[in-house]
Amino acid sequence: MSEQYPALLVVVPLLSALVVSIAGWINKRLCFPIAVAALGVAAWSAVGLLLRVLDEGVIVYKLGGWSPPMGIAYYIDYLNGLVLPVVSIVALLNLIANKKGIEQQFPDKIGPFYTLYLLMVTGLLGIVVTGDAFNLYVLLEIAALTGYGLLAMGEERAPLATLNYLYMGTIGACFYLLGVGYLYIVTGSLNMVDIARLLPPLYQSKAVMAAFIICMVGVWLKMAFFPLHAWLPNAYTYANSAASSLIAPLVTKVMIYVMIRLMLTVFTPEFAFTTLAVSNAIVWLAVIAIVMGAVLALAERNLKKMLTYIVVAEVGYMVGGAWLGNRDGMTGAILHIVNDALMTLCVFMVVGNIVYKVKGYAFEDLQGLFRKMPFTMGALVIGAMSIIGVPPTCGFFSKWYLIVGAISAGHYGFMAALIFSSLVSVVLFFRVFEICFYEPFADHHGHDNHPGGMDEAPVSMVVPLLIVAVILIVVGLYTGDIVNHVIQFAIPETMV
Amino acid sequence: MNMETIISIKPLLAVLVSLLVVPILVLSGKRPNVREACTFLAAGIKFLIVLSMVPVILNGTQIVYTIAEVIPGVAIKLRVDSFGMLFALVSSSLWIVTSAYSIGYMRKLKEHSQTRYFCFFALALSATIGVAFSANLLTLYLFYEMLSFATYPLVTHHQDHEARSSGRKYLLYIVGTSIGFVLPAMLISYSLAGTLDFSSQGFLAGTGSKPLIGLLCFMFLFGFAKAAIMPFHSWLPAAMVAPTPVSALLHAVAVVKVGVFCVARVLTGVFGTDLLFSLNLNVPIIYIASFTIMAGSLIALSQDNLKRLLAFSTIAQLSYIVLGIGLLSPKGMTGGMLHIAMHAFGKITLFFCAGAIFVATGKKNISEMIGIGRRMPVTMAAFFIGSLSIIGMPPCGGFISKWYLVLGTLEAHQLPILFVLLTSSLLNAAYFMPFVYKAFFCRPEDAMFESRVQEAPAFCVVPLVITALISVILLFYPQPFLRLAKMMVQSITGV
Amino acid sequence: MTDLISMVVAKYNYWIYITLMMIGLYAIIAKNNLVKKIVGMNIFQTAIILFYVSIGVKKGATIPILEHGHGPDAHHVVHAVDYINPLPHVLMLTAIVVGVATLGVALALAIRVYNNYNTLEEDEILAQIREK
Repeated sequence: MSEQYPALLVVVPLLSALVVSIAGWINKRLCFPIAVAALGVAAWSAVGLLLRVLDEGVIVYKLGGWSPPMGIAYYIDYLNGLVLPVVSIVALLNLIANKKGIEQQFPDKIGPFYTLYLLMVTGLLGIVVTGDAFNLYVLLEIAALTGYGLLAMGEERAPLATLNYLYMGTIGACFYLLGVGYLYIVTGSLNMVDIARLLPPLYQSKAVMAAFIICMVGVWLKMAFFPLHAWLPNAYTYANSAASSLIAPLVTKVMIYVMIRLMLTVFTPEFAFTTLAVSNAIVWLAVIAIVMGAVLALAERNLKKMLTYIVVAEVGYMVGGAWLGNRDGMTGAILHIVNDALMTLCVFMVVGNIVYKVKGYAFEDLQGLFRKMPFTMGALVIGAMSIIGVPPTCGFFSKWYLIVGAISAGHYGFMAALIFSSLVSVVLFFRVFEICFYEPFADHHGHDNHPGGMDEAPVSMVVPLLIVAVILIVVGLYTGDIVNHVIQFAIPETMV
Repeated sequence: MNMETIISIKPLLAVLVSLLVVPILVLSGKRPNVREACTFLAAGIKFLIVLSMVPVILNGTQIVYTIAEVIPGVAIKLRVDSFGMLFALVSSSLWIVTSAYSIGYMRKLKEHSQTRYFCFFALALSATIGVAFSANLLTLYLFYEMLSFATYPLVTHHQDHEARSSGRKYLLYIVGTSIGFVLPAMLISYSLAGTLDFSSQGFLAGTGSKPLIGLLCFMFLFGFAKAAIMPFHSWLPAAMVAPTPVSALLHAVAVVKVGVFCVARVLTGVFGTDLLFSLNLNVPIIYIASFTIMAGSLIALSQDNLKRLLAFSTIAQLSYIVLGIGLLSPKGMTGGMLHIAMHAFGKITLFFCAGAIFVATGKKNISEMIGIGRRMPVTMAAFFIGSLSIIGMPPCGGFISKWYLVLGTLEAHQLPILFVLLTSSLLNAAYFMPFVYKAFFCRPEDAMFESRVQEAPAFCVVPLVITALISVILLFYPQPFLRLAKMMVQSITGV
Repeated sequence: MTDLISMVVAKYNYWIYITLMMIGLYAIIAKNNLVKKIVGMNIFQTAIILFYVSIGVKKGATIPILEHGHGPDAHHVVHAVDYINPLPHVLMLTAIVVGVATLGVALALAIRVYNNYNTLEEDEILAQIREK
């Protein structure tokens, strides 16, 4: 059984998407349990794979028994061994949490929604698990196309915002495909490990450099790296909450994973940092991304949109960390994939709960929420602490590695940007807390008991949210283990 | 330093007691008596746990407990040494007294959201003990930030416009400086030394260039803005919008002392006295502290609002502690550490009195309190004792710490500082004594209170009598605080 | 100058795909009508497909199907030089499917947009959004 985990990971959600779409015709109530079961199997396999990787090292799984470089192989090493559980668990928790929300928002589209949801997760898991550069493109598009479908099911402005995302996403994927084409021209292979073996003698070739840069641009477009971020805020804001709390935590993070995979496995760190000699410029771009993300978030008077700009800034964290060119920075970037996925999930799930109860997410809709929804707001506080970077939440520790990396790379601009973004996050979140806490103002000195009691979201939404909030702290406390047992093996030893 | 260490979970328990009581407080929110009983129970248990470690510490043994190894070379780790024990004893014992006082104050004024109030109070105490027992800079930072955020709902308890603007100021100063200064300084220190564990001679010696070490020193000094060193002091007067028990325990003891405690810890445990001496960093530190002392005392003179006056007085007194550490002489450091305890008991008495007057009469300004001593003699007597302690006159504990500080200035050959200390004592007398005088000895026709005004409820009065008595007792029995401070100084300087 | 011409001529397939890509990109960025943008996007994708197909081409080579693969002379030597590389072409079958799917989703979204705003001109839609 455990031999087949890599296949189960992708095949089970894929087939169950089909089953769900049929089940949706028969009885809508069947969809949810099937979807949960499928993602449960995926999460189980992902965790099983991580344990196996910890135990035996890299796993190669030949899809259909064809051996690479002819057939498609799945490689599971420490890097995607870490990302897979994150993706599958985030998807599972979000699915459970949003059952009520989905029923409330589109009662007649439950079947199609779950189908798209499962296909999207299939795509994301596939991107992470595959060891084939072209296969990655196909899965990228599966995830993207289903993502467009999910995001467009939203407010009135959602279709247009999604359409803009679609243009950009397609261009990004095409750039990636083009880069792979150049790699194929020079190496004649699509298998990542095979390419990595064939490339080193060719590192001075212009075609290889072009391939790398073109792939990077494509991936940056997909992850909304500033200044290629313009599609993200609207697309995520106007979508329904179930979709945005799936896509916001995962898509950008999976694309960061692809970037790191390209830098570390397909190419080598020496090529990325030394031969190309563009890393300094990219870190400065990341600095601008962080600062602009923070500043643009400040300008919003709307909780969900504010969070989307925070996502843009967080992308800057990870790109910058990865391109610092040292071990600490890369550790921070990989760790932040995990942490940022979880904390973004946490805050977007909070928005989901608020939308479910209050039917809005503008600042003026948030008044008095600490009294009405104490558990949801408690989770928001923990999520915010993590984004600000307060120990012992996990966000602090990835920031720690990023800053230490910046210091040892001598890149004080990046360090300053991280500190700046933390400070702005304090302002951002406490502005929200103030509104939730003070308004409506008590008439006189606040000695009376406020009228109105709790009006919390349903248990099925609150419990997963609280689980995520607890995970934020637990992951923070186990940072040492994650770094020592997983991440340090994910980074090639040549990188110091 | 050949100090014995034993591994024990006790320090963690001491931190966790008040954290674990929070869910119970939330659940018992509907029944105030049960809730308050739980608070008392937690406070009592916490104090007993801390107390049970005192003999071990006095034997010269340290207690350590590692919670989690989060980053290579840096763990979330607790370590109890004599200085931490001194601070933990002060704050855990005063929590019991303040809990009693809170009950009287909050119920008499029929404050809203009392459950929230007691929960965050317990949280804040957890963080305080955590800071006291931190073994390294990361753990210290963790609990420091936890304290910042846990006290925010307490400061803004009234939830009105004034509370909101004060809350903003509070966060801006406290969190802004800790993220803006302490966090980068901590990370740079880590990059330089590869460790963050406090040691008796610091770990930064010989790692960085002179200007960098100097920069780090000031980043830490100002970064711990809870120490209210000027110019990062103005959050403290703003925080006085909080209910008085909060001001009493947090803004006279826990929060502000955490600030100076952190400064002291960092100066001794991160930099080390030798490094500070060799770079002459102690001189700017003591002059900044002296400036804060003088300016704080002078501003206090002009205040009419009693709580604001006490706040500025606190700002000045906190810098005594920083000054004592900055003198780097054994007597001066002993005086500084001792002042944490002495000032705590004195100042909390004063705040309790201010609160008791507010509960009984609703008055906040000194100019409206003429003749109050005749109606509330017990409260004002306690106030008198508390102010004597702050001024540093016998028969109060404040005398001892000031005595050591004065000796310290002589030992360090800093005569101008001696002058600062003496002038400041005069200023202290100048802002407390007229008020006390008018409270008791005004002409009958000037008295502003009718005979129906009487003492605040027993829950308010008994605590302030207790703390006033302790202030007096500390002069005659300054143990174990003096012993603990001397042990710490000995481990640092070897004298 | 002759170098440039010879470079363009020798690698004319690259120049064609780059031109097509730029045309597509221009349409996505500059056109106001949503459907025109979608068409531009499709041109962009097609350019990449053309690029892949052209790199598999070899002069004088034939499709990679063995002649006389059965029967008595089946065991003759296969010269890779005689055949074009089929892999890029196969890959592009997938890419074409992806392209069609993208086009479908894009048009579906455009219909939704049209239903909401009764126009496909982007400036008019934005004006309507601003009015609200």
